[in-house]
Amino acid sequence: MPRTIVISRSLPALVVAVLWAARASGEPAPAPPLDFNRDVRAILSNSCFRCHGPDEKQRQGGGDSGLRLDTPEGIVADLGGRVAVVPGEPDRSVLVARITSRDASEIMPPPEAGPGLDAAEIALLERWVREGAPYAVHWAYRAPRRPALPRLESEREQAWAKGPLDHFVLERLRREGLEPQGEADRHALVRRVALDVTGLPPSPDDIDRFVADPAEDAYERMVDRFLAKDGYGEHWARMWLDAARYADSSGYADDPPRTIWLYRDYVIDAFNRNLPFDRFTIEQLAGDMLPDASAEQLIATAFHRNTLTNNEGGTNDEEFRNVAVVDRVNTTYAVWMGTTMACAQCHSHKYDPITQRDYFQAFAIFNNTEDADRGDESPLHEIWTEEQLGRRAALDARIGADAATRDTTTPELEAAREAWERGLPGQPAWSAPDVVAARSEAGVTMTVDPEGRTVSSAAGAGKDTFHVDLDLAGVRADGTTRLAAIQLETFADDALPNRGPGWNNGNFILTELRATLVPAVAGDTDGARTITFAAAIADFQQGDYVAANLAASPIDPAKGWGVGGGAGGDHRVTLIVSEPVDIPEGSRLRVSLIHQSPHTQHVIGRFRLSVTGDATAREWAAIRADVRAILQTPEPARTEAQRTALAAFHRSIAPELAEVRARLDAARAERAALTPSATVPILRERGQDRRRVTRLQHRGNYLDLGEEVGPGVPGALNAGDRPIRDRLELARWLVSEGNPLTARVTVNRHWEQLFGTGLVASTEEFGSQGDLPSHPELLDWLAVDFVEGGWDLKRLLRTMLTSATYRQSSAVPPDALRTDPDNRLLARGPRFRLPAETIRDQALAVAGLLSPKMHGPPVKPPQPSLGLSAAFGSSTDWATSPGDDRYRRGIYTMWRRSNPYPSMGAFDAPNREVCTLRRVRTNTPLQALVTLNDPVYIEAAQALGRAMRQAADSDGGRIEHGLKAALCRPIRPDEIEVLRKLHDEALAIFTSEPDAAITMATEPLGPLPEGLEPADMAAWTVVANAILNLDEFLMRR
Amino acid sequence: METLTDPRIERIAWQTRRHFLRDALGGIGSIALASMLGQRCGADPAEADSGVVDPLAPRAAHFAPRATRVIYIHLTGSPPHLDLYDYKPALVKRTGEDCPASFLEGRRFAFTSGVPKLLGTPHQFAQHGAGGTWMSDAVPHFHGIADELCVIKSVFTEQFNHAPGELLLFTGSPRSGRPSLGSWVTYGLGSENANLPGFVVLISSGVQPNGGKNSFGSGFLPSVYQGVQCRSQGDPVLYVADPPGMDRRVRRLSLDAIGELNRRQAAELGHPETATRIAQYELAFRMQMSVPDVMDISKEPATVLEAYGAVPGASSLANNCLLARRLVEQGVRYVQLFDWGWDFHGTSPGEDIRDDLTAKCRTMDRPIAALIRDLRQRGLLDETLIVVGGEFGRTPFREGRTSGGTTLGRDHYPDCNAIVMAGGGIHGGISHGATDELGFTIVEDKVHVHDLQATILHQLGLDHTRLTYRFQGRDYRLTDVHGEVIRGIIA
Repeated sequence: MPRTIVISRSLPALVVAVLWAARASGEPAPAPPLDFNRDVRAILSNSCFRCHGPDEKQRQGGGDSGLRLDTPEGIVADLGGRVAVVPGEPDRSVLVARITSRDASEIMPPPEAGPGLDAAEIALLERWVREGAPYAVHWAYRAPRRPALPRLESEREQAWAKGPLDHFVLERLRREGLEPQGEADRHALVRRVALDVTGLPPSPDDIDRFVADPAEDAYERMVDRFLAKDGYGEHWARMWLDAARYADSSGYADDPPRTIWLYRDYVIDAFNRNLPFDRFTIEQLAGDMLPDASAEQLIATAFHRNTLTNNEGGTNDEEFRNVAVVDRVNTTYAVWMGTTMACAQCHSHKYDPITQRDYFQAFAIFNNTEDADRGDESPLHEIWTEEQLGRRAALDARIGADAATRDTTTPELEAAREAWERGLPGQPAWSAPDVVAARSEAGVTMTVDPEGRTVSSAAGAGKDTFHVDLDLAGVRADGTTRLAAIQLETFADDALPNRGPGWNNGNFILTELRATLVPAVAGDTDGARTITFAAAIADFQQGDYVAANLAASPIDPAKGWGVGGGAGGDHRVTLIVSEPVDIPEGSRLRVSLIHQSPHTQHVIGRFRLSVTGDATAREWAAIRADVRAILQTPEPARTEAQRTALAAFHRSIAPELAEVRARLDAARAERAALTPSATVPILRERGQDRRRVTRLQHRGNYLDLGEEVGPGVPGALNAGDRPIRDRLELARWLVSEGNPLTARVTVNRHWEQLFGTGLVASTEEFGSQGDLPSHPELLDWLAVDFVEGGWDLKRLLRTMLTSATYRQSSAVPPDALRTDPDNRLLARGPRFRLPAETIRDQALAVAGLLSPKMHGPPVKPPQPSLGLSAAFGSSTDWATSPGDDRYRRGIYTMWRRSNPYPSMGAFDAPNREVCTLRRVRTNTPLQALVTLNDPVYIEAAQALGRAMRQAADSDGGRIEHGLKAALCRPIRPDEIEVLRKLHDEALAIFTSEPDAAITMATEPLGPLPEGLEPADMAAWTVVANAILNLDEFLMRR
Repeated sequence: METLTDPRIERIAWQTRRHFLRDALGGIGSIALASMLGQRCGADPAEADSGVVDPLAPRAAHFAPRATRVIYIHLTGSPPHLDLYDYKPALVKRTGEDCPASFLEGRRFAFTSGVPKLLGTPHQFAQHGAGGTWMSDAVPHFHGIADELCVIKSVFTEQFNHAPGELLLFTGSPRSGRPSLGSWVTYGLGSENANLPGFVVLISSGVQPNGGKNSFGSGFLPSVYQGVQCRSQGDPVLYVADPPGMDRRVRRLSLDAIGELNRRQAAELGHPETATRIAQYELAFRMQMSVPDVMDISKEPATVLEAYGAVPGASSLANNCLLARRLVEQGVRYVQLFDWGWDFHGTSPGEDIRDDLTAKCRTMDRPIAALIRDLRQRGLLDETLIVVGGEFGRTPFREGRTSGGTTLGRDHYPDCNAIVMAGGGIHGGISHGATDELGFTIVEDKVHVHDLQATILHQLGLDHTRLTYRFQGRDYRLTDVHGEVIRGIIA
């Protein structure tokens, strides 16, 4: 036998119907009446709607508008004397003639369009026409009504049934001539319920309590105990987070981390406190639009902030904002309505009555939020702890008080200012030498403007050095014969980003200013003097990028002087020469402005250098240009504004206020450093005056726009007369009583989790291309009961969990594999492989390692290092979380979209880039490699092995303990024997290989407890590893 | 039409497989079961008899294939095709002139605004081989195999950012969520070696592809069709090594015990998936041997290592080219290589299209030339399709941000690109398609990336319009609703 990989895909219900029809025809009983939706629609939809359906552009066939087979009017329309269907008269119906034609140019569907109709399908269509061609709206677009419970026809049926749901199942089984299975044993039931409800195995106490409970309603009470556990929310949130495409990264190439885990916790808590599904819906789609929205309701809106954000350089934010809106439309309709909208983005739907205009009406509803594919993910909701809020208030109070002190002039301060002003030396005379040459090392063109300012024409290649030669002749002519200070002025400029003065959003970082005085004599290198600086004082500086870095020794190229926060203004630095030197006649000054910061492109755009021989330059250096001008003005001539500005400036340097200023700076720094304990991206609706206009996008291209479209929902989905203009109205409609789909889709998704396949197997598609329900009346009964019960999810689950259908034994009667391999008829209990998270959680739980800690930032359990990084992004490797965080439940594992946790990916967890409503279940050798060899599972095996070793005195007892912990049932002696043999043989090998034994027993869990032998414990690890790989352990039965 | 998801066909498959498994459980013990796991039965009638449906079993193509395997070498970031293959002497003459306004009107580029300067190639071009294929001095090792290569100079895409461009190239859609080329191929054809994955991915230069795992994912196809990343350092496949301290004897003992207990479970419950699991564990056991074996290049002769420039234990494109040969030799259906570092903007050191490009090409043209010669020598080239290229082309003008600097680079350019193909029934020694004299627009035989995809599938005997998968109510295919086979390059 070659390798076999079972893909547990759903079986289309069509096949069930066909099989059923085939069986019926083989029996003498009269054929049951045709049901349009069950028998006919799928054939028309698959073979005809593409050209004779809702899409007006594709529609073929007679008349002006072509032949439509997707409406009752269309099939009987007279198209120039030709009528597709004449009810009751197959001979006069063109449809019948065309599908039975032998002429290749006549036959429908045309051979090139796909597979033709088979004989059974042709016969069905003929019979349908003969029986009057009854037409019905697609079943899923009719609001469900509560059907009457089918009668139980025998005492056996009455004895078997435990709830309303069983009536429907029995009725169908009776029709098929099948018998249901009896109830599974209590051990199987308690494990099944525990895994289904909480995603964790039952504890020994859980098992004993149920198995020993003599009460009539022992089972129901057991179900209630599990529904009340916190693990319930942690388990069921997983399904919802797949639908919500929740992940801890933003997606696309660099896929940076995203902080949005508060939303994950919201979902867990919503399940645990049993938030009714209608409120759950409204909060997630439109929580921000509710009056006085609570923090929780805002966090809920992160549902639609799980869309991808593209941070790749050069991308257009508007393009990717559009992509996010499209995703919100598609996800909303898929999750609540089981409706594929994606087709209609580019053209009217080919199978379902959804036009492209309908699509953009839906788009318009979601097209009005503030978020716009920004790197900072704004808007965010911030969470502050009480303690943080207290600290913030205290700081604000102190800042207010100190700022008031600093900003208030007192007579004493006024006197001090006068004294300061009197003591100021005369302003130094600055002289700007002529620029002889200016050159950029990166090759950027340098020019000098009429005012002697040098201009760099482009940012260059990230890092650059300007070399400027200055002729000092003019300076000497001005009377400056000594060099005591150099001043560098930088200028705002409209040509620069953010008006400059630097090239990076207005900022620059000058890492060094090097100056050399070059004597007149060519080639006299000995005469060249390097100028050193005693101090550098700027009128403005950014954080740690202080001017003093320019006078440091040695210079640190990672630092430098920056002006971030001061974009659009002129800024100046004065460098005081350590030992002033004479300027010889004819000499030049060569200045190098070095930009070597690791922050590339931080290069000065427009600047001027000047020199002075006046040693008092230092006192003036920190004085802003406008204040200098005031100081030049004689006191009586100053305006009131000038006096105020001068007093304010003085207070900013007055020694009397130094302490207040220092305290103020410290408080402000602390205030600025306070960050919320967590943030979460949220939806925020734009105001009425800022609504975006939505236009139809031709072929889904956001640049190719058509007519303006207002908000709305597809008419075919039965919205009724009420207008649906925004997210809140949409959300309310989704959970309104008349909505035909939300309740059906929701109960079906929950059914699928418990039974392995939905009543509608295509969980994500309820349109005409989806599968028909296996039990339509049961689906409708559950849907109506769910709504009338107040959208109560625990109640819904309880209804299913307590049914006899659910409680059946999962043993497969031999014949059943042939007649109903996928158990669509429910004649036995459900048995299927556990989801990825549960497989890992269960192993950790059985090993006693699982951490019970709930909520909080995502954790990083061990994963192999691959030495790779994301494109333009950070490494995909991570450091394992410290402490118990490596043993947290899988739902808390960091979910990076570009690199999902590998062992979960192997077990079919999606990457969560798009909404996933149904996980496929594969069975592959790569999964075996995970549970056999992944260090996470080896660690669990070591812990379980140690627990087994210490649980009993005999090897048999130890094995029984391990098997029982994993399988939650009594263990047979023959099973123990198999593992005893494994233990003994492994022990023999490890005894002869002590080094291997120590490794096997301790890596990665850690040293053995006192008194345990390495070879023995290595063998127990091997036994535990085998237990954790049993089919029965990986399946839930 | 045979769509692979036709429910009726699937129905039959399910029934027969279950039938077989039930019988197998009845009498055949583990030894017999294991002994049957060796090679794939192929499309021979025995398979129908056994009733086993293995999603990776070889499947018949739609029509007679020209190639049975693919090696796709993706140069992540997109090399400047104008400096390698598409020679534009007129552009060289006009280097430094303003880019004509007609080429810029209404257009957007990733990193260039304003009026950029034309930039002819700084490399020397010459014609090579009997076919006279133009190539630059940056790819000297290709000169000698020019007659094996088909250079398509008229490839275009709509996407000018890396991630969407790469996703369109490999999944047919610029958004994530669709199956990749390799997964479509293995879904359509299965694989010939049951002990190795059918779709293998090898990554060099330390960075994932732009599209992350989507570039080799299975999208909505079952995950058995996703690319399995193999590595030349560490575990060649994740978790393929037994845990530290455990040797093969112990693993065999433990698998025997697991199998024994699983068979009791199967007998008790009669669930076919249990039998499948037994088989999968046996396959895993054999993969633990076969994967490290095929990934170990140390036993290759020194002359072969030398020809590729491969160094055992290293991680390089050279090693990956050699591994690709070893994998296709073993019947692996589709091998995807990604090599990072081809995004020659000229904005950082090492991104100059002069010496830096030549240096980077040295790590690429030699191993690829060696691979093509090696396959030719082993008689495998005719049935192995090789594709080499990036996700888009690069501009005929200088990247806007670098205009003031000394480093020469080019911006992303979706309109024109060159892709190289070889083997697999593709005509060697020819060039296909042409761009205008400045390299701004395609003037002859436009080839959209969907056409490229259609052609790759066609060479494998698959009709891209018939290779479909039903998902969420729609039949999806790699080429969406587009794609034409490039007839002009088929030998």
